[in-house]
Amino acid sequence: MQGSIADQSSIDLTHSEAAAPAAASQHAEHPDLRLFGFILFLTSESMLFLGLFVAYLTFRSVATSWPPAGTPDLELLLPGINTVILLSSSLVIHKADDAVKANDIAGMRRWFLITMAMGITFLAGQLYEYAHLEFGLKTNLFSSTFYVLTGFHGLHVMVGVILMSIVLWRSRTPGHYSSEKHFGVEAAEIYWHFVDVIWVLLFLLLYIL
Amino acid sequence: MKVPSTITALVVGITLTLASLWIGQNHGLMPVSASFEAKKIDDLFNAMMAISAGLFFIVQGAILYSVFFFRRRPGDDTDAAPIEGNVPLEILWTAVPTVIVMWLAVYSFDVYKAVDGGNAIGSNHMAHQHAPTMASMPGSAMAAAMPSGGSLFSNPLAAPPISSGDNAAQEPLVVNVQGLQYAWIMTYPETGIVSGELRLPQNRPVRLNISANDVIHAFWVPEFRLKQDAIPGQETHLSFTPNRIGTYPLICAELCGAYHGGMNTRVIVQSPEEYQAWEESQKTVATKDPVTVAALIHDEAMASQVKAMGFGSDHSVMNHLRHEAISMAEVVQIAQSL
Amino acid sequence: MTQAELSDPRQLEPLVEADNGSNWREYFSFSTDHKVIGIQYLVTSFVFYLIGGVLAELVRTELATPQVDFVSRETYNALFTIHATIMIFLWIIPTLTGGFGNFLIPLMIGARDMAFPRLNAIAFWMIPPAGILLLCSFFVGPASAGWTSYPPLSLTVNKAGEAIWIAGVIVLGTSSIMAGLNFVVTILKMRIPSMPIKKMPLFCWAMLATSALQLTATPVLTGAMILLGFDLLVGTAFFNPTGGGDPIVYQHMFWFYSHPAVYIMILPAFGMISEILPVHARKPIFGYLAIAYSSIAISFLGLIVWAHHMFTSGTPDWLRMFFMIATMVIAVPTGIKVFSWVATIWGGKLRLNSAMLFAIGFVSMFVVGGLSGIMVASVPFDIHVHDTYFIVAHLHYVLFGGSVFGIYAGMYHWFPKITGRLLDETWGKIHFALTFVGFNLTFLPMHVLGLQGMNRRVAEYDPKFATINMICTIGSYILAVSTIPFVINAIWSWSKGKIAGDNPWNALTLEWLTTSPPPVENFHVDPVLTTGPYDYGYEEEEEALVS
Ligand code: HEA
Ligand code: HEA
Ligand code: CUA
Ligand SMILES: [Cu+2]
Repeated sequence: MQGSIADQSSIDLTHSEAAAPAAASQHAEHPDLRLFGFILFLTSESMLFLGLFVAYLTFRSVATSWPPAGTPDLELLLPGINTVILLSSSLVIHKADDAVKANDIAGMRRWFLITMAMGITFLAGQLYEYAHLEFGLKTNLFSSTFYVLTGFHGLHVMVGVILMSIVLWRSRTPGHYSSEKHFGVEAAEIYWHFVDVIWVLLFLLLYIL
Repeated sequence: MKVPSTITALVVGITLTLASLWIGQNHGLMPVSASFEAKKIDDLFNAMMAISAGLFFIVQGAILYSVFFFRRRPGDDTDAAPIEGNVPLEILWTAVPTVIVMWLAVYSFDVYKAVDGGNAIGSNHMAHQHAPTMASMPGSAMAAAMPSGGSLFSNPLAAPPISSGDNAAQEPLVVNVQGLQYAWIMTYPETGIVSGELRLPQNRPVRLNISANDVIHAFWVPEFRLKQDAIPGQETHLSFTPNRIGTYPLICAELCGAYHGGMNTRVIVQSPEEYQAWEESQKTVATKDPVTVAALIHDEAMASQVKAMGFGSDHSVMNHLRHEAISMAEVVQIAQSL
Repeated sequence: MTQAELSDPRQLEPLVEADNGSNWREYFSFSTDHKVIGIQYLVTSFVFYLIGGVLAELVRTELATPQVDFVSRETYNALFTIHATIMIFLWIIPTLTGGFGNFLIPLMIGARDMAFPRLNAIAFWMIPPAGILLLCSFFVGPASAGWTSYPPLSLTVNKAGEAIWIAGVIVLGTSSIMAGLNFVVTILKMRIPSMPIKKMPLFCWAMLATSALQLTATPVLTGAMILLGFDLLVGTAFFNPTGGGDPIVYQHMFWFYSHPAVYIMILPAFGMISEILPVHARKPIFGYLAIAYSSIAISFLGLIVWAHHMFTSGTPDWLRMFFMIATMVIAVPTGIKVFSWVATIWGGKLRLNSAMLFAIGFVSMFVVGGLSGIMVASVPFDIHVHDTYFIVAHLHYVLFGGSVFGIYAGMYHWFPKITGRLLDETWGKIHFALTFVGFNLTFLPMHVLGLQGMNRRVAEYDPKFATINMICTIGSYILAVSTIPFVINAIWSWSKGKIAGDNPWNALTLEWLTTSPPPVENFHVDPVLTTGPYDYGYEEEEEALVS
């Protein structure tokens, strides 16, 4: 037998580390595990974006002219501002992380609110840009990839905002988040940084290159 | 038991090798070979058959032996001797497959070069294609470098590139092959002949420009051992030299819709003389008085039949059309416009 | 064996649990117990297997004669498309990762459950709806462009069915990603402290490699499906030449997932074989580390060979050569496994029960498929056999002779642990014999068909292939019949079979340490490792030394 049953004394950290009774509907995994899992999830997500990016680059590299002749140029100002907003929002949400680590829940909520506001502004700007572009989803290969990529990213920004609102909602109950226990905050932050990085790549691909 | 065992091992080894080699040569699994390329690919296949047969015998032999001689004796509930591994043995069965596959890769590479030398579906052709293609990706530079790089792998077994054959001098015969649901249309640019089947002179290099105008099809002639997808929006190529007179099936190998299975026609390899004669006859057809052509186009009955049969899936229609070679294209248009 | 001291106190427990029907409703509920979920996976996907099999039998019946006489051409295309989709996405992947992975991994590493039980349950409950949706597409005309669903064809036939197919694939893919994530965390973080990674059973290594592929490759398929969906429903032209799109890009994205997918479908089976052979050969696994690392190597190599499915798609030469070489290299790690397995049974004391027969059958059948795989990896040869029945033969030798044989081996081996009762051996052996004969009769002749010039995905074919096709069809009927003894055996034994006891095979890995079926939290107290997972024969050695 590979293992043998140890006497009770040897029920050490494995117990707390292992998932709690499966029968129990409400169970709490160890934060480390959730964080690890969340990061794996993001790896998977980035593979999705990577796939789309490479597809875009391939379309681009095989096309005789890119963007295809007759595609109206992209206005750079608005997206530029948007980029600045989104990037700086990453710093803001980091402040929230500092705050919660310092057990300053109020501060954490404040910073989250600001980040959310910035995120929403970004989305608004995105929609404004969509509304004023001369090309549509089906104009040509470039326009299609443009809308699908930015739209897909926008979706992620929205999810990020929703995550933050959930954290805010939960943080109403005092003691739900503390300097030790704040997986939700961390997850929201990491996710937000991830969305940011994706945007930078997108911006380079679609606007600059 | 000890001494004989080595001998038996030797005997087994030798018989194994011989058996494998014999199988490699005499499996008779391939259809007749009708092109210079086919020969080389068959040699490659035979080599792989021999190797696979050997490996097959070794593994299955060992398994069967164990099943028969290492059974648990009834009543014996003890475990077997604990052997966890054997480093030399493991190195051996890592090294041998490595060597085999490396050799196989090099051999395949040379055959590939010999068969189409980066020419058939090669990117260097794609590069100056009007239509976009994966092939004009950054890699095409490397692709150009390929042939030279290939010479690094010189292999005794590799056959010489076909260009250096007795027919090197000859201009390749160019044929435009177009696939559409569900038929093949061959156009001979030099003579303007349009036909529903592919006629080729023996021993003259052929170069096909393959295109598709609806979905992906694939040009396949088993007796040539050659296949190439016909991709809408980009032209692909195939170069080979038929060397055996006869009639062979031309099969669409890529799923292209309901009548994919019916999208076949014939390749007819003829002696240069016969081919000449055919060309002449077609030329006259080409300049045939437009009446018959018109008659054919306005033949509603046939047009509808064409549609009903999914065009080309029914050989009677194809045969009927072949006689009116010139009208092929138009009938196709009718068939589609319907 | 320390087994005795465990069994006495809890011998009766499983019986009680088993016999009062162990509240069967639980199996139709949103349970978060990894064992319940595992069983849910196993049963659900087996039902889909039967459905997919029936579709296959319809395919074979049509192919019994050269003419199109049984179903229409359109229906035929739908049949093999859905057949393949079901077999891959609803049978092999859910059974191997979801079913066996879920049931065994936590037990094998001494954990009480998976890392994320609720995620686990969600992942399962995504499967039945997706499968039913897929089957419902038969009412609107299902996807008919093959399981590869190449555009532009897939954009032109049965739009509704194609849309459903895309939706189904996205859902199933997501479920598979969730499962993979769960396994990586569980295997890496939840082993009992006394189990270092190099002492964990080889099935865990295999699942680790598999999950890595699920995490990295599947999202790209989702990406492809999203773009394809836009082309289909919105009318964009990513993959549609009329509109400047490039159908080849789809092929790259699809195969970037679908080649790794074939290793997702075989690596867990490899793992199970590495578990089963030593137990019934009463001999340690030969070359533990080599087998463990070769799984990792295969999963890595699996990510860089996808274009070997596109050798005739006009891919540039340098790409083809790269992918040819990379593909062939996979023979090396796989060879290490095969040879190690053979060396494991060599000199053992083989218990030739059904589990062992299927395990050995797996090795011998998989090798055939593997060898034909190496052949088709050779570009010049593949140019001849691509999209012919040679490929159909290859893929069934690896998928049926490999994956399915592996699954059956696993079912006979772990059924006692899952249900507390043994499967009937006589019926098991009959099942094996019929399957083995039927399988080879069905698929061996297909190699010849392909080489001789029969293309795949056709309802009508040259009459000169009639005889061989008839043989295949007869074989496939035998194969179908062979399933019935198993189904009956399983249903009967579940409630009436011989009581198994905790450790019927007296195996060493941890799942055999607890009761059969295991209690809710698997182990009443956490186990502590005393030996490696395959240390058979050492006790005898010691005894020999003593005397
Ligand atoms: C379980 C699934 C599975 C597995 C494990 C494999 C394993 C392999 N497959 Fe297969 N394959 C499929 C499922 C699988 N395949 C499917 C479904 C398709 C068709 C898709 C479609 O078009 O519908 C396909 C198609 C396919 C193609 C495309 C053919 C074409 O469409 O033209 C190729 C080409 O390279 C290929 C190669 C290989 C190789 C090299 C392996 C290797 O991993 C095999 C390695 C194993 C061995 C080699 C045997 C054991 C090793 C030894 C005994 C050591 C000594 C051996 C040597 C030295 C050679 N496969
Ligand atoms: C794991 C994967 C898997 C499995 C297990 C199978 C199993 C089988 N496949 Fe499958 N097949 C594929 C994967 C698989 N296939 C793939 C990927 C393709 C490519 C599709 C494409 O080209 O796009 C394919 C294509 C394919 C073709 C080629 C179609 C074509 O190209 O035109 C054929 C033809 O013979 C075929 C036949 C069979 C048969 C006879 C079985 C048999 O093993 C099935 C055995 C039968 C059963 C298991 C049913 C038993 C049950 C009953 C009869 C009901 C009885 C009821 C009770 C007991 C309650 N398959
Ligand atoms: Cu054209 Cu198949
Ligand atoms: Cu593959």
